Amino acid sequence: MTRVEMADEALFLLLHNEMVAGLHRAAEQGEAENGRCITKLENMGFRVGQGLIERFTKDTARFKDELDIMKFICKDFWTTVFKKQIDNLRTNHQGIYVLQDNKFRLLTQMSAGKQYLEHAPKYLAFTCGLIRGGLSNLGIKSIVTAEVSVMPACKFQVMIQKM
Amino acid sequence: MERIALLSPVCSPHLQNYPLYIRSVPTENELKFHYTVHTSLDVVDEKISAMGKALVDQRELYLGLLYPTEDYKVYGYVTNSKVKFVMVVDSSNTALRDNEIRSMFRKLHNSYTDIMCNPFYNPGDCIHSRAFDNMVTSMMMQVC
Repeated sequence: MTRVEMADEALFLLLHNEMVAGLHRAAEQGEAENGRCITKLENMGFRVGQGLIERFTKDTARFKDELDIMKFICKDFWTTVFKKQIDNLRTNHQGIYVLQDNKFRLLTQMSAGKQYLEHAPKYLAFTCGLIRGGLSNLGIKSIVTAEVSVMPACKFQVMIQKM
Repeated sequence: MERIALLSPVCSPHLQNYPLYIRSVPTENELKFHYTVHTSLDVVDEKISAMGKALVDQRELYLGLLYPTEDYKVYGYVTNSKVKFVMVVDSSNTALRDNEIRSMFRKLHNSYTDIMCNPFYNPGDCIHSRAFDNMVTSMMMQVC
């Protein structure tokens, strides 16, 4: 790995962590504020996802169907943003996809087990928005949620909304 | 004489197509041009849905000549994010070759991508970017 690549990754990681911390600092104490911060992070991810997907799909061939798009998200998109692919993609072929990442880049620095588990959702909100924004620009309306049981592994669940 | 239009479907229940950007040189007969562009949308949709069914190797983004009328030739291009570019060229302009059209669409797509990455641009708004205008102007000047 060259030095330039390493700096690249660290930048996004640190910026993301600061974003989460900064948003929560600015908000007041209370449960409602917590939810609002997560929504803000998700919306930021949404807009970024829209722009990113425009850039990434500029030179790729046209997608055949929904599954093709999900595979693109799991392989090319994830590799470009997080330098690795999604480890496991499952679907019930009826609009629900589960993307499993066993070593999610934004969580590896945090813990390797159950410590800090209650803080994990804050750090997944941006990425949920990223996926939702990317899919929305490809013409798919969806709801993306994430869950963590043991860090740094996490699962993103994508529910496709029929329009 | 050449005109360029960008249309985009919105992810709304009605899935409307409305123009994000329209530009034409010279500017008379605008209404007729708008009409041509709207009718060509049907052909674009037809081509996209045909691609799924027929075993066409064409997984390219460029759609080629949509249909020739007696006055104009209409070319189409659809991005993966469902944004449609439509270019209407005068039939008398036979000097314009296919790969030139392709490269023009390429430039349009690149500029559109840049606009998307502008944080002040909300996807779905009309395009008011000077850089985009300049790019389109230089492109049309080359042709006319």
